[in-house]
Amino acid sequence: MNRIDKKLNKEGKLLSIYFTAGYPSLNDTEEIIIKLEESGVDMIEIGLPFSDPLADGPTIQDSSTEAIKNGMNSKVLFDQLKNIRSKVSIPLIIMGYFNPILQYGVKSFCEKCSEIGIDGLIIPDLPINYFETNYKSIFKDNGLHNMFLIAPQTSQERIRYIDKISNGFIYMVSSSSVTGSKNSFDSNQLAYFSDIKEMNLSSKRIIGFGVGNKETYDIAVKYSKGAIIGSAFIKNLKLKGTNSIKEFIKSIRS
Amino acid sequence: MKYSIDKEGFYGSFGGAFVPEMLYPNLEELEKNYNKIIAEEDFIIEYNSLLKDYVGRPTPLYFAERMSEKYKCKVYLKREDLCHTGAHKINNTIGQILLAKRLGKTRIIAETGAGQHGVATATVCALAGIECVIYMGSVDIKRQAPNVARMKMLGASIIPAESGSKTLKDATNEAIRDWINNPLTTHYIIGSVVGPHPYPDMVAKFQSIVSKEIKSQLFEKEGTENPDYLIANIGGGSNAAGLYYEYLENEKVKIISVEAAGKGVESGKSAATSVLGKVGIIHGSKTLLMQTTDGQIIEPYSISAGLDYPGVGPLHAHLLESKRAQFISITDEDAMEAGLEISKLEGIIPAIETAHAFAAFKYLEFKEDDIVVVNFSGRGDKDLNTYIEYFDL
Repeated sequence: MNRIDKKLNKEGKLLSIYFTAGYPSLNDTEEIIIKLEESGVDMIEIGLPFSDPLADGPTIQDSSTEAIKNGMNSKVLFDQLKNIRSKVSIPLIIMGYFNPILQYGVKSFCEKCSEIGIDGLIIPDLPINYFETNYKSIFKDNGLHNMFLIAPQTSQERIRYIDKISNGFIYMVSSSSVTGSKNSFDSNQLAYFSDIKEMNLSSKRIIGFGVGNKETYDIAVKYSKGAIIGSAFIKNLKLKGTNSIKEFIKSIRS
Repeated sequence: MKYSIDKEGFYGSFGGAFVPEMLYPNLEELEKNYNKIIAEEDFIIEYNSLLKDYVGRPTPLYFAERMSEKYKCKVYLKREDLCHTGAHKINNTIGQILLAKRLGKTRIIAETGAGQHGVATATVCALAGIECVIYMGSVDIKRQAPNVARMKMLGASIIPAESGSKTLKDATNEAIRDWINNPLTTHYIIGSVVGPHPYPDMVAKFQSIVSKEIKSQLFEKEGTENPDYLIANIGGGSNAAGLYYEYLENEKVKIISVEAAGKGVESGKSAATSVLGKVGIIHGSKTLLMQTTDGQIIEPYSISAGLDYPGVGPLHAHLLESKRAQFISITDEDAMEAGLEISKLEGIIPAIETAHAFAAFKYLEFKEDDIVVVNFSGRGDKDLNTYIEYFDL
């Protein structure tokens, strides 16, 4: 069974952390992953940086720009991760925009992920229908989940469709916004969380975008299986470095 | 129809809507409505009346006698430079503002590089009394002060794009992010035949007025609707799409797309996407774009701010791949010389973008009775400073 599914089937709420690979320093990837696992995080999204990240706010844009300058790319990332499964057992997801994956070759990319022990991908700008027509079988052959996003404006009909074709979890974007632009939830968002909860979808939902501290994490997981923190984690890394990871995770989950 | 969009929004293998889910409802709303709205009688009446009385259409199709003599063919200039605001860009912004009003949108956003599309958007927003926010790279804001001032006079707010290379591609990213943040109230007026479906098709349709007019104008002058050649400069490709639109399926009409080679195709300072581009995703569209082997988008270069887009609209990628269009890359130097030559030959100072199209003539051979229509896409006023510096005028 895919490590993501195992986690999703366990009792309790999940904390997933996103970080940009190659940031703050090119070779921080392994250390960050190990420290996140040691801190009790449940899943990790390893961000493959892209020059033009459309869904991201300034924090992830800047970390991506830095990471690319530092020399990060798909090949380097795969090389850094090649022995990662001898060190951690936490579910690992690569999250990145489609173009760098397309240039690597979708099939080769998926095969490499499978070889390393990556459990799934999140590709925000790969349309669902295009995926279903062109790549679904490649993902399946390599034991990879492809997680889809839903957002507040997504119609119920489309959510039902996404639920039907999803494996792993549904990535529920908390508001109509890019990443890192909010740090609290308003009543509209809470209403949206509760509407989706009441749809009784068969896929588990993980809430991301706008989750950045204990308060927002606690609220998010009331309505979902777990939550994803990205920008706030990256900001903390920037200010305090990799030694502060445990302390940051503790501040969310104490 | 080989050269129109399929129901998934692709021209051949190019196009589509590679956008985050957050934008899906916005694009779906547009996709479901644009063809219906632009075919409605009240839309057509209002659009045509604004094009006539506000933009100044039809623009003349002018027989360029001295140029014809020099290049030994019959050269006609489609005078889009005579449009209000000085370029073809307003054909599209008029169409989109009328569409936005019918969709109940109360706020407009747009990206701009040199500022021409920003001015054309700010203009129609003033006309319609709708709030207007223009994203412009902070580097471009410094380079294009007069257009920044024009947009401000027209009531637009200008937000500097500080991310990435701080130019057109980043301004486009910022506009898309704004649209993610404001999905209900806002319509995004994209300035070229780029971006996710349905934009490339929608913008091409609004620009198709150019070739529609040419058909009847040419018939009046030459007794035929069909020229032998169409020549347009191409960055994203909106004026080219307008010039070609009515002729795409008629393969007897040859198409020549002129892109910016900058300091030379191999110089590392170029915008020659047809040579340097590879298939990839930019601003939600699968097309040819300049990128590293890792798939990071490369900042292009051209002396002309309107041509330095790292990609090309998906229609044009399809025209290139299917060999329907021939592409020519023109250097800064050739373009500047052609701009000066055309000014002296015909008494019309072209935008540097347009000058690229004229620079192609010396690399082409025509028969004496060939009819060659060039899209005179914009006037040179905005480029005077560049001309002054380049020629030490």
